[in-house]
Amino acid sequence: MTSIDSNELVLNMGPQHPSTHGVLRIVLKLDGERVKSTECVIGYLHRGVEKIAENRTYVQFAPYVDRMDYLAAVSNGLGYCLAVEKLMAAVAPPRAQAVRVILTELNRIASHLLWLGTHALDIGAITPLFYTLREREEVLKIFENYCGARLTTHAFRIGGLQYELYEGFEQQVNTFCDQFPGKIDEYEELLSGNRIWRERLRGVGVIDAATCKRYGVTGPMLRAAGVPWDLRKAQPYSGYEQYEFDVPTRTGGDTLDRYFVRLDEMRQSVRIVRQAVAKIPTGPIMAKIAKVIKPPVGEAYVSIEAPKGELGYFIVSDGTTHPYRLRVRPPSFVNLQALPHMAKGALVADVVAIIGTIDIVLGEVDR
Amino acid sequence: MKQFLRRFFLIDLLEGLWVTFRNQDPKRIVTEQYPSQRPEVSERYRGAPRLNVHPETQETLCISCNLCAVACPENLIVVGSVRNPETKRKDLVTFTYDLSRCMFCGLCEDACPVDALELTQDFEIASYTREGLIWDRQALEEGPRPTQYRQ
Repeated sequence: MTSIDSNELVLNMGPQHPSTHGVLRIVLKLDGERVKSTECVIGYLHRGVEKIAENRTYVQFAPYVDRMDYLAAVSNGLGYCLAVEKLMAAVAPPRAQAVRVILTELNRIASHLLWLGTHALDIGAITPLFYTLREREEVLKIFENYCGARLTTHAFRIGGLQYELYEGFEQQVNTFCDQFPGKIDEYEELLSGNRIWRERLRGVGVIDAATCKRYGVTGPMLRAAGVPWDLRKAQPYSGYEQYEFDVPTRTGGDTLDRYFVRLDEMRQSVRIVRQAVAKIPTGPIMAKIAKVIKPPVGEAYVSIEAPKGELGYFIVSDGTTHPYRLRVRPPSFVNLQALPHMAKGALVADVVAIIGTIDIVLGEVDR
Repeated sequence: MKQFLRRFFLIDLLEGLWVTFRNQDPKRIVTEQYPSQRPEVSERYRGAPRLNVHPETQETLCISCNLCAVACPENLIVVGSVRNPETKRKDLVTFTYDLSRCMFCGLCEDACPVDALELTQDFEIASYTREGLIWDRQALEEGPRPTQYRQ
């Protein structure tokens, strides 16, 4: 920190501020209502997940990844399982892959729904939250029926799945897919056509494609800036190449465009889920792997398209039952880096909107 | 004129109220009245642990193999057993399960070869004290004892 001049006001936003979505502290340097600079102070939710991994077996560590991005626990589990499977040169059977795709896409919907509700709440639209939570409940019920937990699901295991599909799974998922697009239209009616909403978000927190790439920003933020980069298309995993879907993009790179991109992504997710449910292959749900997982010496990096961006796992194995080193590349943490750039020159009230639009989960930022 | 009549008869207000009343239909109410209305948790729900006993003989199903304790990521299960000289098998003496550290991942349940340890559908496991969350064998077999708040 440099010297403070007399016109500058330093304001601590957080860590208990409700619209920082957790325990993020932002040091705002203000000139009147204008933000001169921001500094993120993170680490209030640090639990040392990467270090915990070094003291757990591969199987034992799987529940911990759910607790990083706890709004997208299924995606976290998928990324971790794929990384260990790559290390062991194992592949999950087709049936397991299809179920994984269905659950991850449902999780993407759930994550975006909670983002939409809370983001709207931050800006002052209270009603959408009740609507989005109502639909999210349906997804969580599917998770609960399938794997016995709603939030920290621990749905997948290394090599496939632990649980066989329950009776009525297809029907429950199809019912959700039939109803859900209509609900998105309902949100659009509440928000997209609302003049206050549009004026409030347009031109706020603009970030262009080149800056996104410089900061390593991925996910809906990058796509809202006009780059059609989606790992499900670019490096298909878990059988995503079989499904037909579009990568929604916008060009403005502002908060309103990110809102539209996420809404379109939910529609695309429904499309993927429908295709996957229609043809779940029969067969085993678990690959033939040893009971005690001992990957050969080596390292592997696997990244997947989590709801918030590129989620990567880098694992170094020394041939024992424990990872030698495990590194997570969390999308929220990297995307949060762009906050000072986006908030520079904005109004204090816009900082709230900008934090909301990045869609951070502090469990993942701090790990 | 049409606009005027619309405003005079408060059409927009009535339309809005119609939406409100439409959502009073019991079929569309999604809020659960929790304490009086019990939520239905799914069959696979992972809640409070239970150590199953044989329904007729009331003997424990646990064979003291210690696999659950090994599988647990948080090392919160402690199995105490003694070798029975007659049957040459291990007899279960104590079984401690520290719920305060449990994250309900279900790995212990998956590891159990005889389905003795099970995470049940019981989800009301709050306690007034930390000690109250450390369940011994009796609590695991018969369910937790009710606790009273004391200062």
